[in-house]
Amino acid sequence: MARSRLSFSPDDRVNAFLTTCPEPEYGTGSLEGLAIAIKDNISTKGIPTTAGSRILEGYVPPYDAHVVSLLMANGAAIVGKTNMDEFGMGTTTENSAYGPTLNPHDTGRVPGGSSGGSAAAVASGMVRMALGSDTGGSIRCPAAFCGIVGLKPTYGRVSRYGLIAYANSLEQIGPMARTVMETSRLMQVIAGYDPRDSTSVDQPYCHTPEKNIQGRRIGVPEEFFGAGVDPVVAAKVWEAIEVLERKGADIVTCRMPAMAYALAAYYVTCVSEASSNLARFDGVRYGPAVDTKKPWHEAFQERRGTSFGKEVRRRIMLGTFALSSGYYGKYYAKAQSARQQVKSDFLRLFKEVDVIAGPTMPTIAFRLGEKADPLSMYLSDILTVPANLAGVPAISVPCGAVDGMPVGLQVMGRPFEDEVVIDTAYAYEQAVD
Amino acid sequence: MVSERDIEHIAELADIGIIKEELAEFTGQFNRILDYFDILDTVEESDGYKQDGYNVLREDVACPSLLQEDALKNAGDTEDGFFKAPRVM
Amino acid sequence: MENLSAGTIPDSRSEQIPGQISSARGNPPISETDETIIGLEVHCQLDTVTKLFCACSTDYRSDGPNTHTCPVCLGLPGALPKINKRAVEYALRVAKALNCEVLPESVFSRKNYFYPDLDKAFQISQYDKPLAVGGHLIIEGENGEKLVRITRVHMEEDPGRLVHKGGVDRARYSLVDYNRAGIPLIEIVTEPDMRSPKEARRFLNKLRTTLEYLSVFDSDKEGSLRVDANISLQPEGWFDREKKSYKGRNRVEVKNISSYKGVEKALTFEITRQRNVIRKGQPIEQATRHFVETRGITTASRSKEEEHDYRYFPEPDLCPLRVSSWVDLIELPELPDARRARFIRQYGCSSNHARTLTGDLKLADFYEKVALKADPLLSATWVADTLIGELNYRDMGIGAVTPAHMTDLINLVESKTITDKNAIDVLRTILDGILKKEPAGTPSQIVARLDLGASESDVAPAAISEVIREQPQAIADYKSGKKGAFMFLIGQVMKKTRGKADPAELNRMLQAALDEGEQ
Ligand SMILES: [Zn+2]
Repeated sequence: MARSRLSFSPDDRVNAFLTTCPEPEYGTGSLEGLAIAIKDNISTKGIPTTAGSRILEGYVPPYDAHVVSLLMANGAAIVGKTNMDEFGMGTTTENSAYGPTLNPHDTGRVPGGSSGGSAAAVASGMVRMALGSDTGGSIRCPAAFCGIVGLKPTYGRVSRYGLIAYANSLEQIGPMARTVMETSRLMQVIAGYDPRDSTSVDQPYCHTPEKNIQGRRIGVPEEFFGAGVDPVVAAKVWEAIEVLERKGADIVTCRMPAMAYALAAYYVTCVSEASSNLARFDGVRYGPAVDTKKPWHEAFQERRGTSFGKEVRRRIMLGTFALSSGYYGKYYAKAQSARQQVKSDFLRLFKEVDVIAGPTMPTIAFRLGEKADPLSMYLSDILTVPANLAGVPAISVPCGAVDGMPVGLQVMGRPFEDEVVIDTAYAYEQAVD
Repeated sequence: MVSERDIEHIAELADIGIIKEELAEFTGQFNRILDYFDILDTVEESDGYKQDGYNVLREDVACPSLLQEDALKNAGDTEDGFFKAPRVM
Repeated sequence: MENLSAGTIPDSRSEQIPGQISSARGNPPISETDETIIGLEVHCQLDTVTKLFCACSTDYRSDGPNTHTCPVCLGLPGALPKINKRAVEYALRVAKALNCEVLPESVFSRKNYFYPDLDKAFQISQYDKPLAVGGHLIIEGENGEKLVRITRVHMEEDPGRLVHKGGVDRARYSLVDYNRAGIPLIEIVTEPDMRSPKEARRFLNKLRTTLEYLSVFDSDKEGSLRVDANISLQPEGWFDREKKSYKGRNRVEVKNISSYKGVEKALTFEITRQRNVIRKGQPIEQATRHFVETRGITTASRSKEEEHDYRYFPEPDLCPLRVSSWVDLIELPELPDARRARFIRQYGCSSNHARTLTGDLKLADFYEKVALKADPLLSATWVADTLIGELNYRDMGIGAVTPAHMTDLINLVESKTITDKNAIDVLRTILDGILKKEPAGTPSQIVARLDLGASESDVAPAAISEVIREQPQAIADYKSGKKGAFMFLIGQVMKKTRGKADPAELNRMLQAALDEGEQ
């Protein structure tokens, strides 16, 4: 197959890219010649992949993630790897070992995270589309903060093969773009069965967005407009929901009581899985070399102590604690019970409504350095983590601005009804266009 | 409440380096986070969370492995086709 | 972690694998009637084509280090495991053969610990939901047949291999080979039902044989079996078999035993060591010790290593197994006990021969091939006694010889073409030829070449007595002094020995026989 080359030399003023490929090859297909940026926790054969961490400095994967193979097979040009919170652990992209990414709308603010680099690359026009990954909001949060569209697909719909694991049971790779149509177009390429991922489900996505939402029932849980949600942001999102109502949707207010535990359940689960996932970075098989003259434990502690950032070490320790003898029942096991309750809440609501809508983030983008305290940063994930806990699809679509900063409308749907979520977002986008 | 000694112990268990200057900060943050996690005490215990799939298996058919050279390419240090690692004891 | 206080309620989840044992106290004096209580944890490599979670070939033993690896078994970031169906089927066969109950749902869990041979810093194993529980295996105990209870059977992956240049004591760093990483293992945990090192060894032999009969295991492969044993000396009657409560002394875990003989050696050493400690009035510490095969001793492990908190949790990258219904579809092959009974019934083997012959799958198959074409009873003696002895002497396996050779040899013996003694020489010639890689040919060829057919010393006496019986006239003539009569008689004898006998020797023997007859 004939392959052509693209020339890519962006003016990256917001530190969106960790690696750029100045002359990437591309082939033919539905994404022919399209420049696509890839979050740096997605393995790319021959292109450094660091997941925003010092501990993977210099690591060049010998294989492509499944989604990367699909992109290339469909003609896309991989133009670079984007900045992110180290291993996806953050809501701001400030936790990158390679410096923060800035929000293209206001460089004094964060782009959101952890897929901040991908969002900023799209929002600033350096690329039309990008891949992100979403463990607890890492696609939707930066999409909302940067004013673009981002979809977290149903768990299992996109292969995780090649995605550097942070919290395996929660995360999905997903598309990010400026419009719902383009997001959908990227989703078409990356969704589908991959035999190498045991959690992959054979549900391809072959869909063109449809804006008619006559009769669609939209649930709006009270909890999504509760304490902690900036009233100005809440008002903006309500306006968007009313737009949908005017387009023929039925708005139903409802309750999601398990939201009370959602954030704790999410954090206990993700730090537990992360503490295990991140133990392999020992400097033996990849990453900066470990000092073989020292005894194993000393050398290993030194490698991890100096190469992981503080937030990563904090989460590894939290996860180690949550799984440790004597505390497993109090933390990990309880978190799984709570997670099941969140899922039950969703499934119960989805008997009454087709989709659930609310704000993506409780506020507009934070100022750089604003979320210095870890817990206050964690709390800002409250509206995005429920979809990850339940494994349901969720999208963030821009719905206006507050103080000149974008606000995102979040739409969540039934498992494997990513199409309905896309259509609802499309209906809104087309209505206000 | 966890103490600084507990934090040192957890760091040891996690095999993660921690320096004295960080102890107070980590301990304070840990306690605030664990306080927040206490909400889970009110959750009724159940069977926990279940993913849908089961018996996801592959056939026992071999595929080519990586070349030794490619397997070792990212290693910090190698010798005679082996990875080099610190001694355990 | 004891210092973590208010607000944290320690849960009931024990660090012991379920089904294992409560701890002990007390230090009574040593007594002759003390019981030795032994339980085993056996790890066997399942003989699949590919690894447990990736498609790398398991046939790594003759290849260089790190030539059978991929992103999955190197633990590269982003790689995902996928369960090998055949490994599950093999494990189910084992569970069924060991009379276990396969659980409706079993789950793979991560066992987290840091060690350079562990590519992901966790081992994918099974914890609170193993594949199967509650079976048994019948062994030949100290006093007749004995039932050893199986606590659980679960699947896990093998770690990689550490190599220490210049020896484990001198190397300044470790070398790691991940070819072995991810090989499917089955772990079989027994109840503490064995009462002597010999019983432990017999259990292992029986288990090995059973696994080989199931075609899931190859004991010839180096390192394909590893054993951890727990052992304690308990005052008579103090150990409760049902409750598994150790009211008496602590038990010691002996790790790193990698051969069948090693188990007996390690446990025998450990009994002596524990006796000596108790005699000195010191308590037995609940501890883990390592068996040093080359020195036949166990040594204390560093305590830091043993403070493991494995932080098990379900492997999120794998789905549960629901395979209990598959068990009914498994048709087990004839197992060692059934085959032993059949050998006695069908071939008339003695029970000792039957036990020996069926104690090894390849040996049993070998015997049956021979017994179909040669006298079964004679074959049993020749295979179980003679052949095994000669093979063991040369440190050879049964695979070295062909059943056809043995059939040929036994048929030569049965037709009295050769004597037992010469048949053994033929066998030795064949085996030595194999060792020297200079094939000696078939038994018939060897007999012809070395002229090992029955000769004067064997046939002459028979021929002489026959001739004396058949020729009374010639005898009478001889006795009456006719010289020609002796020559006639010699001629008759030589006819019967078909010219094989040395005439001078025949002369002497016939003379002696005739002289004897005169007295
Ligand atoms: Zn492999």
